[in-house]
Amino acid sequence: MNAPVKHASVQDRSALKRERRRSLMLLAAIWLGFLVWPAIAPNNYILALGSFFGIYLILIASLNLLMGFAGQISLAHGAFFGLGAYTSGVLAVKADVSPWIGLPSAFLVCAVVATLVGVPALRLKGHYLAMATLGLNAIMTVLFNELVFLTGGPNGLIGVPGFTLFGVSLANETAFFYFAWTIAGLVMLAILNLIQSRPGRALRSLAGNEIGAACLGINVTAYKVVVFAISAGFAGVAGSLYVHKNNFASPETFSFFISVLLVVMVALGGWGRYWGAFIGAAIYVAAPEVFRTLEDMELFMFGLIMILVMLFFPSGLVSLFERAGGALRRRERAR
Amino acid sequence: MLEVKALCAGYDQGDVLHALDLSVRAGEIVCLIGANGAGKSSTMRAIVGLLRPLRGEILLNGVRVEAATPDRIVAAGCALVPEGRRVFAPMSVAENLEMGAYQRLKRGERDEVARDREFVLNLFPRLEERLEQPAGTLSGGEQQMLAIGRALMARPSLLLLDEPSMGLAPLVVKDIFRTIADLNQAGATVLLAEQNASAALKIAERAYVLAEGRIARSGSAADLKHDPTVRETYLGV
Repeated sequence: MNAPVKHASVQDRSALKRERRRSLMLLAAIWLGFLVWPAIAPNNYILALGSFFGIYLILIASLNLLMGFAGQISLAHGAFFGLGAYTSGVLAVKADVSPWIGLPSAFLVCAVVATLVGVPALRLKGHYLAMATLGLNAIMTVLFNELVFLTGGPNGLIGVPGFTLFGVSLANETAFFYFAWTIAGLVMLAILNLIQSRPGRALRSLAGNEIGAACLGINVTAYKVVVFAISAGFAGVAGSLYVHKNNFASPETFSFFISVLLVVMVALGGWGRYWGAFIGAAIYVAAPEVFRTLEDMELFMFGLIMILVMLFFPSGLVSLFERAGGALRRRERAR
Repeated sequence: MLEVKALCAGYDQGDVLHALDLSVRAGEIVCLIGANGAGKSSTMRAIVGLLRPLRGEILLNGVRVEAATPDRIVAAGCALVPEGRRVFAPMSVAENLEMGAYQRLKRGERDEVARDREFVLNLFPRLEERLEQPAGTLSGGEQQMLAIGRALMARPSLLLLDEPSMGLAPLVVKDIFRTIADLNQAGATVLLAEQNASAALKIAERAYVLAEGRIARSGSAADLKHDPTVRETYLGV
């Protein structure tokens, strides 16, 4: 009786390890591949887009963690992005606090606010939760505008200093790219480890079936609040990077529209698909550049493409790669 | 093992359970039978903490649990196979089974969990053939087997089954009920809520008949099988 037991569990564990190793190797390959971006980017503008890609990757992957993996709808991610930006920015401008303190502070403030809001809000489900988070985004936008003495109000927060490392400024596009990409890599590694762990599987079970999860002894409320806090915390990290890169923060950047757009990017990349966030972030950065020449037709074309993608790839564009990968594996097995 | 005393529970629209009393002794199969909307599922949900009771007591192994959350009730040894199976469709069969042992793995009972998994796979050999398959691609009967197996992975002292025959072909229902009887023979204590009264009464020792959230009748399964009202209303005889 004991031998087959051991055999079965060892088989499962090695399959899990293989899967984890494969994901880690792919993440490392993508991360290393991006290191050449400063060498191939034709100018500083394109190079800066690489930095913004890293920032939006954090933002979209963290929203995907909450919505795609844990199944909780949030229309407040833009607000947490803003809260992180203002936390780090205000600390630097008003209290002369180093961005290195501002960055973890942004994570903490967003996580704490998400916890306080999440405890009552996450008792709600589906559309009701979406409405509650929408309300949160509206409140935050009002605060960003009205707390003029802190945020600068509609005129924005100006004079936010950039990051420095050992006295060397990271304001230079190349230096900031490497910095942003390091933080994005660490966040993506943390998310990968989380979703492939036992708590990660518990999160996925929430998305599938909250009652089923509760019947197995998973503390559904605790998990929902914790993942909401982590997701908001990472959005805060993205906000901190953003404000110290731009040296400026404006309430418009963190409006309800941005929250909706982030949800769309998660869907375009692929709900609950780890690699989907890379595609979502790429579209978020590239689409405005590609459609810029279309002027008034920009929004129309963007909407049309969104509808087509949702119609033909309901699991997101990453499903194209998944299908190709599946076909390759089948061919290898057939050999 | 389980004692429910004067249990009242309900939803926003009003109370659905009215001063319910029932008990399950160790080693028994007890069934709750009744028409749709009689309160069977609400009773099960109240026992595992998914529906907060308004009044009354629920004692599990002598400990009051009516105010406990579902995770604490699972930790206290009670597992529910919910109505509609509720397997995690995108996850593999193996992952679903692992999720069943979620609390035990958290406590580090890795070897015991592996042994119990082997027990479940012996009980439902079809699951072993589909270990890597997403649970959503299984047939209804296989999903029911997985839902029962997943609950067993928690190694409960009391197993609650809510409508295990729902939507299944008669032959599959027969298999599922045979398995429940086998589990009971192996020592499991079972509370079964079931609309298919004839199948449930065949394997149960005792039964409660629920009507409009109240216990309308109770007694040994053999007696209830011959009760004229039960025969006419629930067995269609």
